[in-house]
Amino acid sequence: MRSDPGNYELVAPASLQAAVALMAKTPGLWLPIAGGTDVMVQYAAGKLPARKLVSIWNLPELRRIEISADEIRIGAACTYTDLREHSVVCGEFPLLASAARWTGGVANQNRGTLGGNIVNASPAADSLPALLVYEAELILVSVRGERRLPYVGFHTGYKETKLAPDELIQDICLSRRFSEYFSHARKVGARNAQAISKVCIAALGRVAGGAAEDVRIALGSVAPVPVRLVETERAAKGNPISSSLLLEARKTAAAEIQPIDDIRSTARYRTAVAANLVAEFFERMRSNAEAKS
Amino acid sequence: MIHSSAHVTKSEITLTVNGESRTVRAYPMERLLDVLRNQLGLTGAKEGCGEGECGSCSVLMDGALVNSCLVPVLQATNASIFTIEGLAEGVDLHPAQEAFLQCGGAQCGICTPGMILAAQHLLSKNPEPSGEDIREGVAGNLCRCTGYMQIFEAVAEAARRRNKVTAKTT
Amino acid sequence: MSNHRTNQDRIVGNSVPRKEGRDKVTGRAQYIDDMVLPNMIFGATVRSQIARGKIKKITFPPEINWNELTVVSAKDIPGKNCIALIADDQPCLADEIVNHPEEPILLLAHPDRYALRKAVDSISIEYDSLPAIFTIEESERRSQIVWGTDNIFKTYVIEKGDVESVWKKADRIVEEEYATGAQEQLYIENNGMIAAWDPQHGITVWGSLQCPYYVHKALMALCDLPAEKVRVVQMETGGAFGGKEEYPSMIAAHASLLAIKSGRPVKIVYDRMEDMAATTKRHPSRTRHRTAVSRDGKILGGEIEFTIDGGAYTTLSTVVLSRGAIHAGGPYYWPNVRIRAKAVATNAPPHGAFRGFGAPQSLFAMERHMDRIAQVVGISPIEIRRRNFLRPGQTTTTEQIVHEEIDLPQLLERALQLADYRSKKKSFAGENKSGTSKRGIGIAAFLHGAGFTGSGERYLSSVVGLEGCADGGVRVLVSSTEFGQGTKTVLCQIAAESLGVAYEAVSIAQPDTLEVPNSGPTVASRTAMVVGKLLESAARGIKQTLTLSGRLHDSYSPDEFREACSSYVAEHGPFRSLARYDPPTDIFWDDEKYRGEAYAAFAWAVYIAQVTVDLATYSATVDDFVALQEIGRVLHPVLAKGQITGGVAQGIGFALYEKVIWQNGRMQNGQMTNYIMPTSSDLPPIRVFFEELGNVHGAFGAKGIGELPMDGPAPAIINAVEDALGIHFNSIPLLPEDIFDAITSESQLASAPRSSGQEDSGT
Ligand SMILES: Cc1cc2nc3c(=O)[nH]c(=O)nc-3n(C[C@H](O)[C@H](O)[C@H](O)COP(=O)(O)OP(=O)(O)OC[C@H]3O[C@@H](n4cnc5c(N)ncnc54)[C@H](O)[C@@H]3O)c2cc1C
Ligand code: FES
Ligand code: FES
Repeated sequence: MRSDPGNYELVAPASLQAAVALMAKTPGLWLPIAGGTDVMVQYAAGKLPARKLVSIWNLPELRRIEISADEIRIGAACTYTDLREHSVVCGEFPLLASAARWTGGVANQNRGTLGGNIVNASPAADSLPALLVYEAELILVSVRGERRLPYVGFHTGYKETKLAPDELIQDICLSRRFSEYFSHARKVGARNAQAISKVCIAALGRVAGGAAEDVRIALGSVAPVPVRLVETERAAKGNPISSSLLLEARKTAAAEIQPIDDIRSTARYRTAVAANLVAEFFERMRSNAEAKS
Repeated sequence: MIHSSAHVTKSEITLTVNGESRTVRAYPMERLLDVLRNQLGLTGAKEGCGEGECGSCSVLMDGALVNSCLVPVLQATNASIFTIEGLAEGVDLHPAQEAFLQCGGAQCGICTPGMILAAQHLLSKNPEPSGEDIREGVAGNLCRCTGYMQIFEAVAEAARRRNKVTAKTT
Repeated sequence: MSNHRTNQDRIVGNSVPRKEGRDKVTGRAQYIDDMVLPNMIFGATVRSQIARGKIKKITFPPEINWNELTVVSAKDIPGKNCIALIADDQPCLADEIVNHPEEPILLLAHPDRYALRKAVDSISIEYDSLPAIFTIEESERRSQIVWGTDNIFKTYVIEKGDVESVWKKADRIVEEEYATGAQEQLYIENNGMIAAWDPQHGITVWGSLQCPYYVHKALMALCDLPAEKVRVVQMETGGAFGGKEEYPSMIAAHASLLAIKSGRPVKIVYDRMEDMAATTKRHPSRTRHRTAVSRDGKILGGEIEFTIDGGAYTTLSTVVLSRGAIHAGGPYYWPNVRIRAKAVATNAPPHGAFRGFGAPQSLFAMERHMDRIAQVVGISPIEIRRRNFLRPGQTTTTEQIVHEEIDLPQLLERALQLADYRSKKKSFAGENKSGTSKRGIGIAAFLHGAGFTGSGERYLSSVVGLEGCADGGVRVLVSSTEFGQGTKTVLCQIAAESLGVAYEAVSIAQPDTLEVPNSGPTVASRTAMVVGKLLESAARGIKQTLTLSGRLHDSYSPDEFREACSSYVAEHGPFRSLARYDPPTDIFWDDEKYRGEAYAAFAWAVYIAQVTVDLATYSATVDDFVALQEIGRVLHPVLAKGQITGGVAQGIGFALYEKVIWQNGRMQNGQMTNYIMPTSSDLPPIRVFFEELGNVHGAFGAKGIGELPMDGPAPAIINAVEDALGIHFNSIPLLPEDIFDAITSESQLASAPRSSGQEDSGT
């Protein structure tokens, strides 16, 4: 433990309202802590700049999952375990359920939250590609009230977001319209559990008459923020899933990302694997469609 | 972000530990691990990494397995904490402890408290785990000694023993 | 001897409960960080930030109240400023010069660990940097001399027959170079020590350690104290694997200096980052083979050049080198061979002991090379080994005659059958023609010498004791330590069996140099074999005492023993029987020529690994693992199996996962998140099988077992990867990035995606 607890303040307001009220007093002074699986790691390493923390762990307003006819609304402080155990998440949002299953071990899943994953904004965060392809929307809350904005574009740069200094994420909303889509997720890490992704993919698609009618592909760990492969999607849309499409998709995907060399892997490797995962998605989707017809 | 230095005082925090209500005076950001070990004398939870990676500090918090090195003690206010010390009843070992002894699930023993609690947590949710379930259930608990094989056997054996006990009592 | 025992209730050979098992599963076992002494304060180390240079200036900033702290520098050392072990070249605290990153320079202590941390971070040190070297090649080039006059800690030459004569006769000459990387032991309990000092009793340290008498020796020299004024106590130790063989002496030294200066007990417990950054790892190695073979694959002779990177100071490099060199020829018959071994200096933190002690490095090369030779000659990996296996009566590279009736072809055959090798090999070859994941299967055959090398045991001259107690039970007195392997259990089994009493009637003393004799360090797979054997003789002494006093007949029941023992103690007080190592007269070893009986016994093994390489992610995964070994006698089946599975898991890590990333001699990935050891989700079923031939030199026929399983996995796995991909890999760890680089540079495989690992698809 490389930080002195005597130098850190932590308060636990009883309600969401009290939490945002506190944050509004001096915007930017209070750092929210939910499950602490990112914050406490920084703290233990002596690298947490913030000195005042506000706990939002277990605030009932942030830890519920609501289902309506066309969307699911996930409280930002829902844990990975909450997600994994929820029947609608598992049934209709398998990309999110898989990401939850692959995030650390059981103990981490019992504490780590979806909101924390978003705001921590690691390029390697596992659930973010899923949020991109499901076209998630975020509900942010502050004393000024709520605002709803699309998740895409929320990350403005490496570890930077559109969140105002006194704002919290309250909910993550996912439309239920993709539940019939073919989905494919894969995480490539240095080991099968407790691993930070070297590359991860979340993808959705629909095939009609052998052609890719709609595709949505997102990758993690290949750019400063998780990315939607807009060009690759565009190039594929409406075309038959052929070997030339696969080739094209690999190329476009490789051109759309900016992976780096770091302690965990190399840019070259990440590019090649990203291309492989994209091609794998198309192949899987094709075989799935063939099996059905 | 604004980083002003804080002048923090300790506060009284009440939590239930192994079934007993305890009140500690601690800084709110003290790690649950340190409070258990240094204030409550419960040294069964160990620090292997201090970063959530090894699971040797695992305890149960309101029934959920958590890494106590990543829990600020304030977040454990009014929670019910179970540590390895709370598992055995009197001189009788818990079936999971028996199973670890019998199957060679503990070698150097440093991962064992966390590992047994992970096993216990798995079995409480899934009384008849498959081999895959067991692997996943302990994947956040690193063991450098055993190569895990005997831990898998121990968890499977714990499940058998547990189910026998429940079969008897129901 | 008691003749009441039937086979069924024999103690040796049965999986009796671990002596300290109950404490471990209930969380009661006391490790060093669990211990608190009254008035205790905390200690920490200020370390070098650079790899090599002169210390110019140390600044203690005024905003820290230094009166609250105890500060120790090299000047405060009462005795010699070194960690006494083999060579006395490693300072306890750097004085003017630093030779590696993280080298200790100053020590601080404070009652509050956070204030201590702040003080450590506040100190700034200015250096005059000197050029540093970080690889074996740089060290050999000698552009910088960083140790001695030539950067060489030690060389050995093992010579047998006439190597020069074989090149002309050879049908083929096979040359290849192999390399292995540093590997972190990654015991889950970090290093730690507590020291307490008082002028009357001297210094006492408690800690996480393997070798109490190594620490004892180091503290005597450092503190300039006589033996009786240094006391070392081992606490429960949370894993070691060699990693707590030498470095604990350093930490004990630091804690002691702070305790002496402050007059208070001092605890130093490393956190993971400090432990990874500062303490020893497995030596990186390079092995070059040049082998002359006949057309039909018989080894005619060859040269083996084995080089290890020792880091900045000697520590244990000379002995690691020796074991690596002796094992370099594998379990094969070499009519002619020259093995040149060399340990060189670099500016990395010293490398040290890690399970296998040099053998995993040189055997990786040997077993990869056997597959290479097989390819060149055009025979199978099975056949090449069969044709060259050592047979009873033949001699090893050090000209030790194999006396054991080991039948290696038969051991290999059994392993092949257990792994279903032949049919898998065939079906994989078929499947691999298409498919986007490739499977392969690989073999490693090897041996591991038990006990100290050559005259080591003779020099050690270990002593063990047994003590008759008032309750009629017996206590084992040894400095051999338990750190997971089951030392306590196995030694109590041996004592109980030798005495003809119940296992429960035997207890074992906590290793404490005040109480227990020096039974040698707990290393080199020697405990069950050598220390166990000595306990057999000590048991004879106990029985003799009781029979001579007329309390015991030649034949007795456990109850009669208990009565005799307690009545003896009631009259005379507790009594002890000590036994000292008596070197066998028929064992010959020449330290000069490195020739003769290197080990009292070898364990023999054949391991088979099956792998899948996924061409979408370029990762190799082990799918099945068969570990078959001959280890004399299995004293405790559960413990023996646990040693093998644990060693194999570390071997899998060594081969495919565990990479230390260095930058200027400093580990860049010194956290558990970034240094990748296998989790429960990464290992195949590890299937363990034993053969038992017995061993006249070991207790109840036992041989060493602890290190053996580390030797085989890496070559078996890389052989399997080559079988899958048809690409040579001569260097480990072999990460997906390396496989990717090789595949794309050979571009012999069209990369196409396919499944494995974690994935999910469906609608
Ligand atoms: C051992 C281990 C393994 C891990 N493995 C993975 C993995 O495989 N994949 C992966 O993606 N991540 C992994 N992580 C990282 C981490 O668990 C996740 O990012 C997790 O989702 C963070 O959630 P949390 O609630 O714990 O965040 P915290 O640590 O509490 O907070 C993280 C950040 O988010 C902010 N924050 C949290 N909630 C809100 C909110 N509602 N509104 C505004 N700001 C908020 C905090 O202020 C902080 O800046 C791992 C961590 C550990 C320790
Ligand atoms: S010490 Fe908490 S997970 Fe390692
Ligand atoms: S038993 Fe030693 S780490 Fe698991």
